[in-house]
Amino acid sequence: MLRIVKYVLYDILQNRIVIGYTLFLLAASLGLFNLSGDPTKGLVGLLNVVLIVIPLVSIVFATIHFYNASEFIELLAAQPIRRSVIVWSEFFGLAVAMILAVLVGIGIPVVLFASGATGLTLVIVAAGLSVAFVSIALLASVMTRDKAKGIGVALLLWFYFALLYDALVLYLMFSFADYPLEKAMVAVIALNPIDLARVVVLLQMDISALMGYTGALFREFLGTGWGIGFAFAVLMLWVFVPIVVAVRVFRRKDL
Amino acid sequence: MLESTLLSKSFGKLKALDSVSIRMEAGQAVSLVGPNGSGKTTFLKCLLGLVIPDSGDLTLNGQHILGTWDYRRHIGYMPQIGRYPDNMRVGQLFDMVKEIRRDTFKRVDDDLMRAFEVETFAHKTMRTLSGGTRQKVSACLAFLFDPDVLVLDEPTAGLDPLASEILKEKVLAEKSKGKLVLVTSHILSDLEELTTDVMYIIEGQVQFYQSIEALKSRTGEDKLNRALAQVMRKVDKGL
Repeated sequence: MLRIVKYVLYDILQNRIVIGYTLFLLAASLGLFNLSGDPTKGLVGLLNVVLIVIPLVSIVFATIHFYNASEFIELLAAQPIRRSVIVWSEFFGLAVAMILAVLVGIGIPVVLFASGATGLTLVIVAAGLSVAFVSIALLASVMTRDKAKGIGVALLLWFYFALLYDALVLYLMFSFADYPLEKAMVAVIALNPIDLARVVVLLQMDISALMGYTGALFREFLGTGWGIGFAFAVLMLWVFVPIVVAVRVFRRKDL
Repeated sequence: MLESTLLSKSFGKLKALDSVSIRMEAGQAVSLVGPNGSGKTTFLKCLLGLVIPDSGDLTLNGQHILGTWDYRRHIGYMPQIGRYPDNMRVGQLFDMVKEIRRDTFKRVDDDLMRAFEVETFAHKTMRTLSGGTRQKVSACLAFLFDPDVLVLDEPTAGLDPLASEILKEKVLAEKSKGKLVLVTSHILSDLEELTTDVMYIIEGQVQFYQSIEALKSRTGEDKLNRALAQVMRKVDKGL
């Protein structure tokens, strides 16, 4: 598998969008730290960038890359290798590229301005979120034949996770305000990788005011340490479950 | 060498292959001819493992190949459209494929690479190559590992006349070494030069499969295009 990953990665790292994305993250991080003066405020500002921009770029870029590589993937599929090797190679190539973008774009500024447990957590979560959305993108791509439709699905998924989901959760809470829903809400959070990322970082920061309803519930039920551990473990599920399903689908797919 | 038994594949309502039973031997060069969307490419893709048939069986040298992958070491494939990662260099592509096939090939056959002077553009990235040059790259890859079966999907489309001649000579040379060659093309004069047999497919069904000589004598024509046209008209009328 490594034989293919290195060539896929080499190609992606030279991609202009990836280079631009890295520079954007770098500029945004440096700007936020310089503007706010206080490193904690800078981290909170950065968290919002991380939660919106990283999922968007990861899912859209991974989807477009996968469709653009379709003829190349076909060529690989005609070689004496297993189909699963091809999807895993694309996945690792994309994941490593996105993680490198995060390490350079966010990791370096964080080390310079806000090195500490919270800063480290933010970088790790940003990396985890990137890979989770690459994984979701590959699942959506292997299930949709048409490129335009695939990119549409990717954007919709991002819109759903980044914006729509919170509205739905609020609506649920208002509609069923008379019932004890706290435990159910903890489970509902687990269904959205972006919420999980937010909860992990905010629990680590220990800013109750920003934690929101669900974050507060997390702490109440699980305590800070277990809350972080649980949320991070579920985020990892978001990394692995979509890609494992994608590999299974791709094995039976007509190219 | 290659045998398909009642091979069938549908895409939704469309029957791309309908109970195709065919036997091909080493040393044969078979043209797959038929209208667009008749199932030629689907047949080739089943052989390559790119499309998974609904039913039927395929064997290569007596081995069942459906659902397996190792047999592909015996096959060289030149796709209709060769698109490669934008920033990959030509040389890197060859390195990668050699690494993938590291343990599975007997020898590297770089005749075509030398004939097409691949070295002169090996350092260029794929993005900067013209369509014809990418076709040359695809052709070199197909022949690189001296495979027993060559699958060429529209090989000469997009190649300049000189490159096209080089490729045709290579195909003929490989055929005479006892390889099995499968070619699809809409350029019948190329097929007449290159191949020994014709397999004519319409709507997933094999209408006929016979040697070009037999076809010509059956129809009394001395050119493949005329002979085919005559047969096609008969098929249209349901004769």
